Amino acid sequence: MDFLAKIYITLKESVLDPQGTAVTHALHTLHYRTVSDVRVGKYMEVTLSAASTEEASTLIRGMCDDLLTNPVIEKYTYELVEA
Amino acid sequence: MPQSSPSQHVALASARTVKEEKIYRTFGLTDAEYEHIVELLGREPNYVEAGIFSVMWSEHCSYKSSRKVLRRFPTRGPQVLQGPGENAGIVDIGDGMAVAFKIESHNHPTAIEPYQGAATGVGGIIRDVFTMGARPIALLNSLRFGELDDAHTRYLFAESVAGIGGYGNCIGIPTVGGEVVFDNRYQHNPLVNAMCVGLMTHEEIATGSASGVGNPVLIVGTRTGRDGIHGATFASAEDPHAKERSAVQVGDPFMEKLLLEACLELIATGKVVGIQDMGAAGLTSSSAEMASRAGSGLTIDVTLVPCRETEMNSYEIMLSESQERMLVVMQQGEEDLAKQIFEKWDLQATVIGRVTTDGMLRVLEKGIVAAEIPVSALVDEAPVLDRLALRPAYLDELDENGPLFVESEDFAEQLYALLARPTIASKEWVYDQYDSMVRTETFVRPGSDAAVVGIPGTQKAIAIVTDGNGRHVYLDPYTGGVRAVAEAARNIVCSGAQPLAVTDCLNYGNPEKPEIFYQLERSADGLSVACEAFKTPVISGNVSLYNESHGVDIYPTPVIGMVGLLEDRDQLITSDWKADGDEIYVLGDLERAQKAGLGGSEYLFVKQPEQALHYRLPEFDLKAEVALQACMLSLAKQGLVQSAHDVSDGGLLVALAESAIAGNLGANIHLDAVSGVERSLQYREVLSLMFGEGVGLIVITAKVGMTEALERAARAHEVPIRRIGNVSVSPVVRVSILDRLYIHAPIERLQVAWRGAIASWMRR
Amino acid sequence: MKCAVIQFPGSNCDVDALKAIEETTSQPVDLVWHTARDLSSYDLIVVPGGFSYGDYLRAGAIAKFAPAMKEVEKAAADGRFVLGICNGFQVLTESGLLEGALRRNDSLQFRCEMTELVVANHHTAFTRHYAVGERIVIPIAHGEGNYYADEQTLKKLKKHGQIVFRYAKEHNPNGSVDDIAGIVNERGNVLGMMPHPERAIHSRLGSADGRRLFTSILEVWGETHAAIQS
Repeated sequence: MDFLAKIYITLKESVLDPQGTAVTHALHTLHYRTVSDVRVGKYMEVTLSAASTEEASTLIRGMCDDLLTNPVIEKYTYELVEA
Repeated sequence: MPQSSPSQHVALASARTVKEEKIYRTFGLTDAEYEHIVELLGREPNYVEAGIFSVMWSEHCSYKSSRKVLRRFPTRGPQVLQGPGENAGIVDIGDGMAVAFKIESHNHPTAIEPYQGAATGVGGIIRDVFTMGARPIALLNSLRFGELDDAHTRYLFAESVAGIGGYGNCIGIPTVGGEVVFDNRYQHNPLVNAMCVGLMTHEEIATGSASGVGNPVLIVGTRTGRDGIHGATFASAEDPHAKERSAVQVGDPFMEKLLLEACLELIATGKVVGIQDMGAAGLTSSSAEMASRAGSGLTIDVTLVPCRETEMNSYEIMLSESQERMLVVMQQGEEDLAKQIFEKWDLQATVIGRVTTDGMLRVLEKGIVAAEIPVSALVDEAPVLDRLALRPAYLDELDENGPLFVESEDFAEQLYALLARPTIASKEWVYDQYDSMVRTETFVRPGSDAAVVGIPGTQKAIAIVTDGNGRHVYLDPYTGGVRAVAEAARNIVCSGAQPLAVTDCLNYGNPEKPEIFYQLERSADGLSVACEAFKTPVISGNVSLYNESHGVDIYPTPVIGMVGLLEDRDQLITSDWKADGDEIYVLGDLERAQKAGLGGSEYLFVKQPEQALHYRLPEFDLKAEVALQACMLSLAKQGLVQSAHDVSDGGLLVALAESAIAGNLGANIHLDAVSGVERSLQYREVLSLMFGEGVGLIVITAKVGMTEALERAARAHEVPIRRIGNVSVSPVVRVSILDRLYIHAPIERLQVAWRGAIASWMRR
Repeated sequence: MKCAVIQFPGSNCDVDALKAIEETTSQPVDLVWHTARDLSSYDLIVVPGGFSYGDYLRAGAIAKFAPAMKEVEKAAADGRFVLGICNGFQVLTESGLLEGALRRNDSLQFRCEMTELVVANHHTAFTRHYAVGERIVIPIAHGEGNYYADEQTLKKLKKHGQIVFRYAKEHNPNGSVDDIAGIVNERGNVLGMMPHPERAIHSRLGSADGRRLFTSILEVWGETHAAIQS
């Protein structure tokens, strides 16, 4: 089966996000006063084949832990859809 | 005229549509040009052929407006190993070593997408240099933007700087110098000119020539996509904003780093016949130019070109401007060698054609001839225009005398205001974003008169500078041209180096306006005369026209890139003051400086921004300047000088302040008796002396007791020299004339004004 | 002392490191390609600065999978010396040889400038020729040098004297926690630092303060080597 994994990577809450702070500030100067916080992250689409949803899930978690994220500062979530 | 009978298989089906629907017009070809093409081919061009002609005959590739003007430049000299016409020029620096260099504009792409526009400008110029077989060792950038009080300008500026850094830093070539000027004439049409210098031995020189029948033609580097199709035409269009963003290319510096290493490794094998960067007009111009230089032909099968996107047709493949690609002609049978080397660097090298004798550029697609054009028709027969030049009326309306200013102004405050002008202020905000030290040969980092880079394994170093003042050229195209070269050379000699040669980037407005073309012609005359005088031939360069927006043309802005040679790196001179008690001298005619006035000066633009363009630029004495620079060099070689700094933007006081800030030392300066007569000066004379930019001057410092030796050398060159004061450990710069103290400026205050200015704008 | 400098696709301070080691220690140095599978004969392995694999994904993230990095891990485990400079520091944290991570500079800009460092620990093989508390000038050139470690890790680093270099107070150029510029592993044979000592080996380059880092390694190596010999 072919799957499409949508992976969202962000910095952990405990890690300062200077890019997010800069964007927050910029939105405020553009008068979007109600914005209280912005966190900037990465979005990836990985297309893969696997025998089952469970297997695809395991593979994606493996990729994220091995390469796609740095667990010291980043966390991730993902969605799996059958392609 | 070359006659050709179309091969039987030429895909002519679309030729009729091209003609009847006048499709060639959408490519930027005029009706007359189309007729000429029909004449040259002896038939009507098909779609692909019309596309190929349109890019080859565009202003960007053919230099049709400027070609005649460029012929005026001196291009020869004993030091020149390769003059204009190749990817970059080359000069000899002795001991079997040579440097290759070139400057190029990327103005229009930057206006549309500043990060990628500036980045790919850097990428392109680097390829031009390593194509010659040289290892790139230094980058410089000459930038022009509007004033920083505009948010969009700040965006363009910040993104361009980030793009330049993003590319150069990643590839590992230090960005060692350049300049940034802010003036609203460039608000909607910023200039990004990038210069690259490379180092090589004489044996390593490679050229872009496709010779040897049957030799394989390879495309190497990244795969071809649809990016930048018609970029060359787009660069020649009047209003870049009207064009789509699709013509913007995206750079990949990592890929270019691999390409650089692979190409240098390949060239070192000695099996490369010719190699050429794919810049503007991609495969089309690289193949046509390589064949043209060798007087040969090329047959290319586009089906063999590795593509990034699906179903690309021959038109798209021939015109794509995907970055980080090169065209290589190898010796027959050496294809595999190329493939091996490129594989090591995770790159592709693919044979896509052969060299032929018939002088034709032949494009095959799935066995069918998609285009067949005599190379000479594309290159030699490209139109050369005789543009009309008319002296602009404004030149005759300029006021001879400077404006009258109300006296009793605070001079120190005026100095702080000048130092805080972004054009004059420290550019740290810019160059701290560039890796200026990688390769560990950068002896003088950005921010000095000229950057100085060591030649590994020798005592030698080269001094490099870019310089240009569009406002001066606007006020007096001829003199402005002379000054541009003189200033660049003066920066070089101030570091103790001997000027060698010039690369120029000619940025002008719309050449179809006779007044603009006059600016181009007259300033080119000035540049030529000065290049002769300083014995610095033009060995490479680039022309960027149609720099206009909303009907407003930029100032005529020739940017001079110059390289000089320092035989002994220990004789390097920098601009910072060195020690308490050192004596300060001015080399050059202070008496004239006091009379020349404020025309064209930054001071005038601070005081009277609306009126500033109404006053004439002071006359320029080229002969005196040549003597001044010869004198400076001889002082440097005799080791008489502790520091040297050229007087330019902002005038004498700014030059003094800059040396004080750099050395963190104060000074006591007396400008008495400058005119030879002890009298108090008129206010007008004081301003001219302190803030004028009319006369070539160099501020030097020397240890105590050198006066006689300095005066002797100056006399020998017939150059005036005057001692004006001493460097002092007390952190204050004092300037007086007779008993009046004009300036009492703590270095701290000078620093704050000069260092913080750009950063404080960019925090907004 | 046999030295190796690893070359990844995109490394660009490899030759600078080679020149600096040669000039300061007169020891033999080889450039080794990232595919190298046996680096067991080297006493010092340098993971140099640059943009390995374009720094795509995250700086240093892809390089950690190169075969040569397995050899670096072995060297670290054997107690041989490993020095990661700039991108090399990023590779070492990504591969877990050093604790923490390097984030984007807080200014969001690449910064290249001379920085003042304070030597925080001179009892390492890399710093014995410095004095503790000594201020030295070494340049930086990076966009992602903002060191991060959580509270617990930070405590541990301090407890074991693993913090070797700090940026001088008020001159932290990138937002690093505790002004950290360089750390060693617990054993003390692996150093990662953002500043470039190989660019500070001659006064005409603006500083010669980096020389002693290389001479320190040579001296320590000489002592252990002499001990083994006898």
